[in-house]
Amino acid sequence: MANTVISPVQPQKPWKATKLELLPTVLILLGTVVATYVFVAVTPMKGKLAYAFIFFVFGTSAISIRNWVKLGRAAAKDALASSIAFTGAAIVFLPVISILWTTIYKGIPGLHWTLFTQSMFTASYSDPVSKGGLLHALVGTLYLIFISIIVSVPMGILTALYLTEIKGRGSKFIQFVVQAMSGVPSVVAGLFIFAALIVSTPIKASAIAGAFALSILMIPTVTRTAQEVLLLVPNDLREAGQALGATQWRTVATIVVPAARNGLITATILGVARIAGETAPLLFTIGGSDNLNWNPFKDYQGALPFYVWKGLLLGTPESIQRAWTGILVLLTLVLILFVLARTLGGRRMKK
Amino acid sequence: MSATISQRPVPPAAREITTKPRTSDRIFRGVVTGFGMASLAILTLIGLFLALRGFQTFKHEGLHFLTGVKWESVTSDSGKVTTDFGVGAMLIGTVLIACVALVVGVPLSVLSALYLSFYVPERLKKLLVSVVDLMAAFPSILYGLWGFFILMPMVEYWAKLLYKYLRWIPIFDAPQPFFERSPFVAGIVLAIMIIPIVTSVSREIFAQTPLDRVQAAYALGATRWAMIKTVVLPFGSSGIVGGAMLGLGRAFGETVAVFSVLNIVFKVNFHILYGTGGNIASMIILKWGEATGDETKALLAAGFILFVLTLLVNMLANFIVRRTLKSGK
Repeated sequence: MANTVISPVQPQKPWKATKLELLPTVLILLGTVVATYVFVAVTPMKGKLAYAFIFFVFGTSAISIRNWVKLGRAAAKDALASSIAFTGAAIVFLPVISILWTTIYKGIPGLHWTLFTQSMFTASYSDPVSKGGLLHALVGTLYLIFISIIVSVPMGILTALYLTEIKGRGSKFIQFVVQAMSGVPSVVAGLFIFAALIVSTPIKASAIAGAFALSILMIPTVTRTAQEVLLLVPNDLREAGQALGATQWRTVATIVVPAARNGLITATILGVARIAGETAPLLFTIGGSDNLNWNPFKDYQGALPFYVWKGLLLGTPESIQRAWTGILVLLTLVLILFVLARTLGGRRMKK
Repeated sequence: MSATISQRPVPPAAREITTKPRTSDRIFRGVVTGFGMASLAILTLIGLFLALRGFQTFKHEGLHFLTGVKWESVTSDSGKVTTDFGVGAMLIGTVLIACVALVVGVPLSVLSALYLSFYVPERLKKLLVSVVDLMAAFPSILYGLWGFFILMPMVEYWAKLLYKYLRWIPIFDAPQPFFERSPFVAGIVLAIMIIPIVTSVSREIFAQTPLDRVQAAYALGATRWAMIKTVVLPFGSSGIVGGAMLGLGRAFGETVAVFSVLNIVFKVNFHILYGTGGNIASMIILKWGEATGDETKALLAAGFILFVLTLLVNMLANFIVRRTLKSGK
């Protein structure tokens, strides 16, 4: 019958702490809070830092001592280690919360509907925030992302195919090179495009020059993610294709790549997320225009990070407000890409 | 009966059995190999172009370019331009800031990697791992902005505490009590920026710990910490070193975030709390705006130095990490 649901037997967990056993822990926690408060009030220490530090010291030692008394020395050490590990992780996560919160809190006052309909052509960065907007920067960033995808995704995926499908003599070495390339500082990528293109070829500072610089940073990201995904495609599929008489080209084009399609899209998105917020390479390559420029091949172009950069450098209250709002828009873009990559990737993706 | 047998359809001529790849495969392999080599070509071109454009500076300044601490271009009354470009102070500053970042960032990264690998409740694990990855995706200018407005006041307070109580240690001393925009602040911002990469490399390494050894430790009655100390850390230590070096490479090359929080002065300064520092990458964008002619070439030469530095550190790091990962399999 469709309606009969076999109710699963609830597994018993005899090792699980009962409420009575949890009581001392709760008491220790409460006691630590009180002790911390008293200690900080009595001694000349002050500030949030003092509270956090004393709470950590008291809490850790209280739990350790309890474990020592109850279970012995090894257990005390174990408790000490786990609370240190927990504290370390907590310290790591604090900045993330602070960054997200600050961006939202400081960015929202500058949100204004002209933001997405106007450029900075008629306004200056020190004008009140209701004047001017970041349309030019948004257009520029979209151009940069679009061209970077066109350049980097084929290159990244083909490089990944070389590493996974051809496995030639040089593939170990190329793997090494790709990893080295992912460590190229973004400022160097910008300098390189300046030295190689802008100085000596007809390509001048424009969206396309910026996109070339960004591609240098994007290719290794796409390659490494694509490679991981292609390695997940079962070898049986490749062998089945070849057993049916397909050439390697047909096997790769009609079996391997379609099987890895979602993963390859994830690779693309992760690559875009990597470059969307890059500022340093753009400083040398796009000119940082304040006007709307629809031509990606000619003339100076704006971009979101560049907009934020200019606002930050100018340093007036209005321009800094613009910077926060700009970074809020940029961060939203990055977050959307990030969530998209996660949901699409599904499986665990290593960065 | 025999007639029916003779009427059996004749199969088409069998395909030649050969190991020689077909034309389509040859083209495919050629194209893919070509693109595979492209990354090598790009890397070579970067080095080549920066070296080429900076060549004049290298020739003119010689070794002085690495050791000199001045960055001047003086035009005398007769119109003669004398230049004195040296990245020595910036080089020292870069290493100093990166060291602060490592000292602060690596222990935190290893602790959080341990927490994420062995302590975290299973329900939270995925979320927290995502958060660490998200940290890596934050734009560097966001770190700069946040570092300048939110972190710096706090770090200034910590710097004052350090100065007050630990002044007798030479690096915590300062010629004047001026703690804004110091290498210490820049180092802390960089520490936060390298945490995601060091954490994820460490986590990857910890995940490769041979399971039989882990279970053996538990079977012998080890507590979780005893297991980590006797199995995980000895196995992963060289990998952590590799991860830290990857972080070092990042720290060397970080530009915008450091620029936002550092007061760049062409002077050698070992007092990390004092608001005077240097960083090659940030110096390049600081000087870029007004640079012309020779100075631009000198900046490209500085870029070349940065490129070589990060490349060496990264290659060594990758070598170490890969060796550790392999030893676990």
